[in-house]
Amino acid sequence: MQRVEFDQDSTSAVNPVDDSSLTVEQAIANLHHQDKGLRYYAAWWLGRFRVRIPEAVTVLIEALEDEADRTSDDGYPLRRNAARALGKLGDTRAVPGLIACLDCSDYYVREAAAQSLGMLGDTTSIPGLMKLLAGGCADAIPIPGLPHLAQPYDAAIEALGALDAREAVSLIQPFLEHPMELLQYAACRSMYQITQNPIYGDRLIQALKNEKLQLRRAALADLGAIGYIKAADAIALTLAENSLKLISLKGLLESEVKQTGDTLSADAIRVMDLMDNLL
Amino acid sequence: MIATTDLLAQKLIQAVEEADSSLRLLTAVQNLAQARINAAIPTLIQVLGYNNPGAAVAAVDGLILIGEPVVSPLLEKLDDYNYGARAWAVRALAGIGDPRGLNTLLVAAKTDFAMSVRRAAAKGLGNLHWHQLPPEQVETSLLEALEALIQVSQDHEWIVRYAAVVGLAALLNVTSTRPDWQARIIAQFEQMLTTDDNLAVCSRIRLAQQSN
Repeated sequence: MQRVEFDQDSTSAVNPVDDSSLTVEQAIANLHHQDKGLRYYAAWWLGRFRVRIPEAVTVLIEALEDEADRTSDDGYPLRRNAARALGKLGDTRAVPGLIACLDCSDYYVREAAAQSLGMLGDTTSIPGLMKLLAGGCADAIPIPGLPHLAQPYDAAIEALGALDAREAVSLIQPFLEHPMELLQYAACRSMYQITQNPIYGDRLIQALKNEKLQLRRAALADLGAIGYIKAADAIALTLAENSLKLISLKGLLESEVKQTGDTLSADAIRVMDLMDNLL
Repeated sequence: MIATTDLLAQKLIQAVEEADSSLRLLTAVQNLAQARINAAIPTLIQVLGYNNPGAAVAAVDGLILIGEPVVSPLLEKLDDYNYGARAWAVRALAGIGDPRGLNTLLVAAKTDFAMSVRRAAAKGLGNLHWHQLPPEQVETSLLEALEALIQVSQDHEWIVRYAAVVGLAALLNVTSTRPDWQARIIAQFEQMLTTDDNLAVCSRIRLAQQSN
């Protein structure tokens, strides 16, 4: 029973008490609806509301092979949404289908699959993700007329970091020097996760001072994802929305608390002080 | 001396009114905010409605610095505001802590559709300057804030629940004459620890328990 609403400084917020446009049963049924708009929406909805039930996973896995819904440039909208949703449902039954999507002709399907494989944490996806980086920085150049590179390098790099893929270090490392800052940040994030070397975390702290807001936001997300506790003060001082700083600090806090357990460390308390002041 | 202050105020206000770019507006509002002068109040309030987040943040900071004299004009304008401006006004009221803002914060914490407003209002409800109320109103007002915060501590957004915990923790410190209310807050914390699956919220509860 949920309705989606928009917040002034967050991407979305949900009000679970309100009437909804869909129920779980309807959403699952709608994935076979003849209206492709309803199929597309249902796939998104199942992920958004984390409908972690086997029937939902099953229909979404089927939707990864959808042929009916195509965009004018041969994209697969339903596959994209199904791949995104499966990452959020935490069921590793989706892994083989998502690995197959890494070879899909649609860039956005490959991107969604890479992101979701990073979330699902199954190391069998490492070779497929490494293949996306095969050409290295030489191939990672803008394609005239397209808003993206040849491969979703950032998604693949981040997924490999989340999977702690030591074997991918030599593929990821060159991206630390890629001309696009976003790819450098992705490489820093990933290299930090794999090696725990602070030089990568420190580079992301520097990135919080980038003159472009979009890049400062990316660095906030990366630091939150790696839970780099040394970044706490720098995060609080970044010129960006409080909501994004709070999410980043939440990442630091949770990573700290997971390490220290029930006794709150001085660092955890410091992060909460910073969060209190950003409310 | 007075004449110089007036002249300065006039120049700073004029700079805000004449700003012809987003960056100039931001700088002008920051300068006006830092001057901390009552004459700036109408201009700073007006900036909240400009749909310019950077300038609005600076204006909110300026209004909080001025404090109490801001509350009446802000409350008077509140109803006419568009949504965006109202959200900024709630943040300013929460930051100032004047108890005349209580009703506005109660409504905002419980019903505003933006989580950024609910979270600011929730924190504000814990940090009102209760001693500024007539003594006979203190208890009823505290109880209203307490009940609202207990409700808000079940919000569906983690950050709003986090802010409600911050608010409740602050109330714990000002309700020493009412052990029954303190017991309610403590019980609410205990209950949240068993049901809330958000690690950040639970950590903030543990901090509140630890500092009490």
